[in-house]
Amino acid sequence: MPDLLLLSIASPLIAALLLLAPAPLAARKVVAGLGFAIPAFIALYLWSQFPSANGADYHFVSQYDTGLKAALGISLHLGLNGIALPLFVLAGVVGLAAGLYALQTKAERPALYLGLLLVMQAGLMGVFASIDVFFFYFFHELALIPTFIMVGVWGGRDRSYAAMKLTIYLTLGAMLSLIGLIALYHQSGAENFDLIALRQVISEGAINGTNQNVIFGLLLVGFGILVSLFPFHTWAPLGYGAAPSSAAMLHSGVLKKFGLYGLVQIAAPLLPAGAAHWAWWLGLLAVGGNILYIGFVTIAQRDLKQMIGYSSVMHMGYAFLGIAAYNVVGIGGVVLMMVAHGFSVALLFLLSTSIYHRTQTFDMDDMGGLAQKTPVLAAFFVTATLASIGLPGLANFWGELAIFVGAWSYSTVYTTLAISGVIISAVYGLRSVAKIFFGEVTPALAKVSAAKPPVDLMWAEKIPALLLLSMLLFVGFWPKSISVPVNAAVSALYQK
Amino acid sequence: MTPELLKSLAADNLWAAIAPEIMVAILALFLLVAELVLPKKRHGIIPFISLSGLFGVFLGLLMNFRPADLGGTTFNGLLRHTEGSQFLRVYFVLCAILVTVLGVIALKKQKMPKTEFFSIVLVVTAALMLLGQAHNFILLFVALETVTVGFYILVSYTRTNPLSLEAGLKYLILGALSSALLLFGIVLLYGVAGNPAANASSINPMDFDALRVFLNHNPDNFLASVGIVLVLSGIAFKIGAVPFQIWVPDVYQGAPTPVTAFLAVASKAAGFALLIILAGVFSTYSHLVISVLSIMAGATIIFGNIAALTQHNVKRLIGLSGVSHAGYLMLGVIAALTPGIGSQAIGAVFFYLFAYLLASFAVFGVMTHLAGANDSDQELDHYQDLARTHPFLAGVLAVGLGSLAGIPPLAGFMGKLFVFVVAFKAGLYWLLAIAVVGVVVSIYYYFGWIKAAFFAHWRPPLPADSVADTRPVRAAVSLPFGVLLGTLAAASIVLGFYQGPLGAWLLGR
Repeated sequence: MPDLLLLSIASPLIAALLLLAPAPLAARKVVAGLGFAIPAFIALYLWSQFPSANGADYHFVSQYDTGLKAALGISLHLGLNGIALPLFVLAGVVGLAAGLYALQTKAERPALYLGLLLVMQAGLMGVFASIDVFFFYFFHELALIPTFIMVGVWGGRDRSYAAMKLTIYLTLGAMLSLIGLIALYHQSGAENFDLIALRQVISEGAINGTNQNVIFGLLLVGFGILVSLFPFHTWAPLGYGAAPSSAAMLHSGVLKKFGLYGLVQIAAPLLPAGAAHWAWWLGLLAVGGNILYIGFVTIAQRDLKQMIGYSSVMHMGYAFLGIAAYNVVGIGGVVLMMVAHGFSVALLFLLSTSIYHRTQTFDMDDMGGLAQKTPVLAAFFVTATLASIGLPGLANFWGELAIFVGAWSYSTVYTTLAISGVIISAVYGLRSVAKIFFGEVTPALAKVSAAKPPVDLMWAEKIPALLLLSMLLFVGFWPKSISVPVNAAVSALYQK
Repeated sequence: MTPELLKSLAADNLWAAIAPEIMVAILALFLLVAELVLPKKRHGIIPFISLSGLFGVFLGLLMNFRPADLGGTTFNGLLRHTEGSQFLRVYFVLCAILVTVLGVIALKKQKMPKTEFFSIVLVVTAALMLLGQAHNFILLFVALETVTVGFYILVSYTRTNPLSLEAGLKYLILGALSSALLLFGIVLLYGVAGNPAANASSINPMDFDALRVFLNHNPDNFLASVGIVLVLSGIAFKIGAVPFQIWVPDVYQGAPTPVTAFLAVASKAAGFALLIILAGVFSTYSHLVISVLSIMAGATIIFGNIAALTQHNVKRLIGLSGVSHAGYLMLGVIAALTPGIGSQAIGAVFFYLFAYLLASFAVFGVMTHLAGANDSDQELDHYQDLARTHPFLAGVLAVGLGSLAGIPPLAGFMGKLFVFVVAFKAGLYWLLAIAVVGVVVSIYYYFGWIKAAFFAHWRPPLPADSVADTRPVRAAVSLPFGVLLGTLAAASIVLGFYQGPLGAWLLGR
């Protein structure tokens, strides 16, 4: 059997290279479409083949030496365990949805746009397929850099400033986590820079307490910046507000999960004493900063994309709370929530751009009564909003529920406050639905629709939206498809 | 001196060992002859004679990379041939090839005598190749002066441009100061080590082995310490480390762009080659060397990055960013002084230098191509809309700058990673923290440049009385030059993904 994991990383890259060839745009779009589709199908196929009960071990493993194996213990070591698998599926599916949505947008220089998106996709597949910690980081950066150019070239308001701020913030986060990872590798004394070797070495003897505190602190701040942990979150709403839709979908849906994944898969299990040392701070920032403070900030937003950006910052608070709780239920909830949030926020960004094409504005005060003209769009948006609030039947519910159950034993106060955050989500979520789709048609919207009557969601937009929505429903109704492998992996890593 | 003594001194003059240098030097003279012999309209082939000669030397070096005498000394201890010095020889020849190509393009835009440029590049290259093998202070100084004097001429080569002349003057005066410091340091070391009353003194204290033995037996000699600090200062000039970086922005701006590239890459690499060699000689005094270099490295990273932030002239910008690269490289040199990780740290420095060469020449190539008649006037504004008019050049520029900024998956990132790993192993936590901040700061100006080339800009309308746009006209890239730039960019990308035998060799030692 060919190495499917390597193929899932290589196929978008090859497609991106082929886009450089001078060919008619239609042909290039076919190539790009294949580059987006192959990883998604590989991800779904591997999901079906994954031996869920044995999720603690890595499967589909392969290893390639890039020249540094002997000297530094770094090699391209690919494989999936129970935590990596759902995120790998997330990357594949969201990548396909973002790609399909990008194929129909009328961006300038479409080949460059698609090419950068393909590079991002390749990086994302690589992040979650890597057992080697170095390549995990490497692929993240590979995915990160295209966002700079995409925001700057095809972005909306404040794109130049947003691109710069995003890149500087994320580079700072990435550099801190890189130093943290090097420190972890060096202090553990492992022969190889991969998770299997690191876990092996640390199971034989943990790193001493002070070093654990320092290294976990570095990783927490580094990864925290990447996941928009309060107070390092300011890049996120600005960047997502300015980013073109497909880049925002991939970045907020998948790339941002890199930091959480790093904490759940690497930092927390390998540095338990460090995690315990920082748990109090992490819980405080998560609940007080991300959930409550940012929650209220989200309510105050008038710009739809900014609101989605802030809401995604807020939802990261739940994930941090789950990590602070540090038990099997809570961490399992974090993984579920990462997947669910990835699908739902990508869907929201997709729909918000579709709304923009019909209203020519992101300002929610200038919208209203859109449901009369575009009922299907309204239905999608309402479902996506309910998913992000955490309605049962959609995937996000299970993640939040498990986090609250896990966090209850950690701190009843924090958990109670976090649960009240759900009300905040409901307030801004439902308010945005009401403002955009119901009520009277505003004069601004009437003027726009007189010039160009809004059409309902077209098939080119519907297919990626349906793809994301069906994943939300599938996981919502059958959470075991994800929770069994996750539980197997998490219990192996986090049992004390 | 009796003839017998001379004969015995010359006994190990292995001329074959320096055949590459001799060939490069003969090539330099041959170019001058060719200018006299060839009819004037045929002078255009002179740089291609130089290129084919250099290419021959390059291939010869690669084919005979491990000669039989590797590890030994020749010429009565003047030269020492190691794997590292072989790497540097290849490196400098590669630099010379690229500088010659850039020179062809840059000199087309000037009304200048052309042959001398290529000839002097070759002389400097031969001297640089000898420097990498220096095992004696006399040879070191003579070779270094040959390099420096060559650069005096090259820097002020466009003599109709006042900025180029100013740059030449600055380089001359400050270069003379640095040579004086270096020489004074050498003399002090010579004096203390040659003092017959001293413990383990030598009759030939210019020799690095003799000097090392002396220093080992005299671990806290004050004059020797002063000498070491002065020698290090002289070399710090060459690599542009703080506080000896004063000349960098003006000289980089005034010098013709190919010379700027030569200074930035080859001259800096030579400085690091010397630092690495001398770090071994001064190993007994490594605490002193480490503290001097640590202070310099920290200050260099901070100064280079912060000073580059406000630049609008891209030549000054890349000069100051080059200062910060010297700082990162010094981290590797300091790590090399820590026992146990020495050779790996040196490998990391070499890898960094190689990635820096690939990235720098990609960027300098684009700069040379885009420069107008006034070579010093290259502003960030001139790069506006480059991605729209010349997407290929913009792509090469982005790869080069990304690699300099240390962004994965480019080679520059791997270089930084290796240096950071060895620095971590050596426990240089504070310097690492400074370096991380430096990298983040550098994103602003490197990406600012990419931003200028890629993002759409609002351009103010020209005032009514102005003639036209003062920005240089952009020509199309010729195919061979395009292939070269594409190769440089592709090499940066491939080396980022796959270090292969090069990485295994450099870091596995």
